[in-house]
Amino acid sequence: MGRFAVDAVELRKEFGSTVAVDGVSFVVHDGECFGLLGPNGAGKTTTIRMITCASPVGGGRLLVTGHDVTEEPRLVKSRIGVVPQDENLDPDLPTRKNLEVYARYFGLSGAEIRERVDEQLEFFELDGKAKEPVNTLSGGMRRRLLIARALIHQPQLLVLDEPTVGLDPQARHLVWEQLRRLRERGVTQLLTTHYMDEAAQLCDRIVVMHRGSILAEGSPRELVQEHAGESVLELRMPASEREPLVAAAGGEVAVEAYGDVAYLFGEQAALSPVATRVGDHFRGLLRPANLEDVFLRLTGRELLE
Amino acid sequence: MLIGAPDVSNGAVHVWQRNFDVFRRVWRTESLGIGLEPWIVILAMGFGLGRFVELDSGEEYIQFLAPGLLAMFPMFAAIFECGWGAFMRLETHRTYEAVLTTPASVDDLITGEILWGTTRSALNATYILVVLLILGPWTEAVRSPWAILVLPIAVLQGFMFSALAMSFASLARAMTHFGYLFNVVVMPMFWLSGGFFPLENLPDWAQRVAWFMPLVHSVELNRAVLTGDLRPELLIDVAWLAVGAWVFYRAALALMRRRLIV
Repeated sequence: MGRFAVDAVELRKEFGSTVAVDGVSFVVHDGECFGLLGPNGAGKTTTIRMITCASPVGGGRLLVTGHDVTEEPRLVKSRIGVVPQDENLDPDLPTRKNLEVYARYFGLSGAEIRERVDEQLEFFELDGKAKEPVNTLSGGMRRRLLIARALIHQPQLLVLDEPTVGLDPQARHLVWEQLRRLRERGVTQLLTTHYMDEAAQLCDRIVVMHRGSILAEGSPRELVQEHAGESVLELRMPASEREPLVAAAGGEVAVEAYGDVAYLFGEQAALSPVATRVGDHFRGLLRPANLEDVFLRLTGRELLE
Repeated sequence: MLIGAPDVSNGAVHVWQRNFDVFRRVWRTESLGIGLEPWIVILAMGFGLGRFVELDSGEEYIQFLAPGLLAMFPMFAAIFECGWGAFMRLETHRTYEAVLTTPASVDDLITGEILWGTTRSALNATYILVVLLILGPWTEAVRSPWAILVLPIAVLQGFMFSALAMSFASLARAMTHFGYLFNVVVMPMFWLSGGFFPLENLPDWAQRVAWFMPLVHSVELNRAVLTGDLRPELLIDVAWLAVGAWVFYRAALALMRRRLIV
């Protein structure tokens, strides 16, 4: 089956004179974890809101689990699970009841609901908190409860908007681990993030969005190879000191400079003599390129504005 | 906006059930205040103040007051639920946003909420009717078996006030804006709808203005069914409430769609 979990063609959205999403096209394959990457204001959340039927499509075509979001929003919403960026658990209900009440909206019956709620509470390690009011849970637990809630009707696609924003490192790693386990079980995931390490940890494929458009698409590895190369040398020194060093680098080296920091992109063989000459890890750090570098190269200085 | 079927499904029932589930958890605390209210009012106004009041009709004051109580307090219940309560769920807790990620539509959500406000209004009216019946030997406020019609009246006015409050909630940007609803809409109706004194005591122009207040019509209907004085003109009051209910309901749906789906 060549069906896609999401199939967006020339998707657009405007708010007044502001173009939030400017004709983006992408597909999410069944079974993969797909990331929408970009800074705040890139159009990620607006795209997600159109996919989850929370915002009308402004232009183009958008199929989710094979159905048009404008024509069949109820059907689409019954097949996707949504984890919102801002937590919206029901504070008037305890943990377990939050899941039960939510499951009812999907037309599940009493016995089915109990069984699935048990399953989710166990998977997300929340069974000890079943009777607690949700506002007594920690930030990480609440985020896990949100994900559990989104999975209660066994959706074909799980949509997560900034799934770990605001969590401490431990809670973040636990959420990542659980998302990876879901991925192994074959749950298709679409997530937005502005954390490059999160995208690298979780996503099979990524599109980089900036100002409503897609700048690049590929696996994290492909994107790094294509746009950032093998290695990066970070030079922290005034431009006058830096320039002779840059000139001394062999082979093809690209430079992005931001004030006192310059990033040299190239092969390790070309960069390592320069690093040796600086001889100080703090002033000249040679490291493998990562998604953050892709981002800097694609969006350039604009990010600093 | 006013015609065409709303996009309503089972989802509306599930929204109602959510509110019922919450109510089952908190009813003990909530019902303390609601439970005491009619007793205090009947004691203060009916027996206390009532001793100084002589009506042209020859009724006791508590008999005059009872139909008003059966309209006012259920009105408060509906407006509180679909005004302040709805705004909390819309903005503070973002419960509406969560509901809309399920197959439920905006129309389901708003219809379920308004039906819950209607339920609160009907429960409240039922309770006050029971209190009046308990006090029957001393007050004789319920003088006809037609008094049972207080319940459908409470449903009709409950739906209308819930929809009115929901329309307001869809326009409010902050909790403080509800001061307008309370001070400009609810309180004038409370005092001036013929619950505390006969509207005929007011100048002509004020009586004509009063006709436009929804609560006037439910007070009038309650007065008729408590005394058994049913007459054809009452159909105008029923029609007023029915039209009001439909108009505010459609306004609430349209305004909430505009607010929630952007």
